[in-house]
Amino acid sequence: MTRAGSGSLPRYILQRILLVIPMIWVILTLVFFLMRVAPGDPVSAALGGKLNPQALEQRREALGFNRPLLAQYWDYLSSVLHGDFGTTFSDNQPVLHVIRDNGGATLYLTMASFALALLIGIPLGLLAGRYRDSAPDAVIRLFGILTYAAPIFFVGFLLQFYVAEPLGLPTSGDASPITVFEVPTKTHILLLDAVLSGNGTAVQDVLKHLILPAFTLALLICGVFIRLVRVNMLQTMQTDYVEAAEARGLKRSSVTWRHGFRNALIPVITIVGLQFALLLGGAILTEQTFNWPGIGSKLLFYINNRDYGAVQGIVTFLAIAVVVVSVLIDVVNALIDPRVRY
Amino acid sequence: MRRMFAALAKPFTETTGLARWMLVAGILITAVFVVCAIFAPWLAPYGFAQSSAHGVDFPKTGHPSSAHPFGTDRLFFDVLSRVIWGARTALEVVVLSILFCVVLGVPLGLLSGFYGGALDRVLVLIMDALYAFPTLLLAIVVSFLLTDVYGGSVIAVSVSLTVVYIPQYFRVVRNTTFSAKEATYIEAARAIGARDIRIMRKYLFGNVVHSVPVLGTLNAADAILTLAGLGFLGLGIQSTQAAEWGHDLQRALADAGSGVWWTGLYPGLAIVFLVTGLTLVGEGLNETLNPTLRRRRLLPVVMSQRERTTPVQEEQG
Repeated sequence: MTRAGSGSLPRYILQRILLVIPMIWVILTLVFFLMRVAPGDPVSAALGGKLNPQALEQRREALGFNRPLLAQYWDYLSSVLHGDFGTTFSDNQPVLHVIRDNGGATLYLTMASFALALLIGIPLGLLAGRYRDSAPDAVIRLFGILTYAAPIFFVGFLLQFYVAEPLGLPTSGDASPITVFEVPTKTHILLLDAVLSGNGTAVQDVLKHLILPAFTLALLICGVFIRLVRVNMLQTMQTDYVEAAEARGLKRSSVTWRHGFRNALIPVITIVGLQFALLLGGAILTEQTFNWPGIGSKLLFYINNRDYGAVQGIVTFLAIAVVVVSVLIDVVNALIDPRVRY
Repeated sequence: MRRMFAALAKPFTETTGLARWMLVAGILITAVFVVCAIFAPWLAPYGFAQSSAHGVDFPKTGHPSSAHPFGTDRLFFDVLSRVIWGARTALEVVVLSILFCVVLGVPLGLLSGFYGGALDRVLVLIMDALYAFPTLLLAIVVSFLLTDVYGGSVIAVSVSLTVVYIPQYFRVVRNTTFSAKEATYIEAARAIGARDIRIMRKYLFGNVVHSVPVLGTLNAADAILTLAGLGFLGLGIQSTQAAEWGHDLQRALADAGSGVWWTGLYPGLAIVFLVTGLTLVGEGLNETLNPTLRRRRLLPVVMSQRERTTPVQEEQG
């Protein structure tokens, strides 16, 4: 390898970012044309029956639907570039405000689930990989498969029925009305706002509402962690350096710990990045199961109202978010593990 | 014929212990659901959208009883019947969507890999963009767009799943074609004057489709979950069109507060079992077919008198 081609971190990061620009462009184009190939007129689909034909025509004109398709496409691209994701048809709000008001709830729900999933998944996966084909391996693998196989809403149903009722935990929404009333909105992330307000009962209330949805979503993700960490552990334990360590007469436990576990965990960061898309899909289902007022619930609300403007804006935002996060993860990965930088 | 059986039995003969048991369990579970799906009209006591029999109306959310072993739901439907018919819906949707994926994805992949150039670049970009989308989000968007056309039918949901999974088929076929077209036998075919179509059909096709069945098995489990997710969100199949477990669970969720457990438990368990079965088959296949994970069974070497002189090759342990 030559010096210029290898190990240069800024160069790798630049490359990764440059590659993502055409990707985002293609995704935007895809979203735009997908929304346009649907039969029928978006404006009358969302507002038909609510406005008279004249007013409909006015809205169509104002929203630019009477202009040529390519002009609309150009408008869409340039407005997204300026950070404007359009407005909703049914309640005439900027999509960015919808995302700001509902994204916070989704954000802390997914973060909490993610932390829980890491806590449960990684130790179980390592254990199963270390003791391959033994009883713990069988049990843990079955657990991993079951958590993946059980749909979120079924787990939610079981938890609501068998856990929430006996323990008196809430199963709907992100806080009781009194908390929402008392906590001032600063960051649009309710948990953070509650902590900032210093109101102890409010924080407790928010956490109580968080526990079941977060656990439900965490179960889905931890199944994936268990499977992937287990396979990593199996592959690491078969490498030459583990064999060499054993041959040098190191203790079994210290080989497992120092040579096995540590190296098996490196690829987990990549896995974490790949799970972001799964997490997003899971969040939509979790929000619907627990009436969680996040971006997924809002998206479904607009879908049921046949609001093309809102759906297009929210989907564009989410798709870009997924791509950007995956790039960030890649960069972090390159910082930690030099082998990634080629 | 014998070689085909030997190839089919490979996952069994090359696994031992736990791996083999998991594979067998997976095949058995999947087989039960396939039987349910095929023989649903004979196995189910009632139709999937039947709310009365012999002039007697079914009770609303009735407790499990001898007439309705799994109870009835809030639409007066028999839960047991809907669970059994649900297997048919799941199978129909999965088979249809895999079929669409193969019919569209394989030829596109072949063309793209064979000709390269602008066509290849455009197709790869589109497929990559589709692949970058979160699975469920893409399925939701496509179902949303299809509601006016085929809304709530098996076809609409199959198309949504096709859009979600087609990039994987395209990629696999395209990449294999891309490397296979440089092989000597393709050069030979060209040398004897074969046209492009013939080369693709006779020489490339057989060599690039072998990874498709494995991909299909692995995707089937995921497809069942996506189907149920769409149903749960109310974007899938409507209850009167077919029995669908996810949609039944959506209605059951409202019952959870009033002490009704049977409307949600049984369809949910059906999903869990079927997905588990398919995953076990997929994992079993993966552990035997993926060389980095494979651990062969140690076969005792029995040598006849005559063979004693030849050196014995050691099996990998």
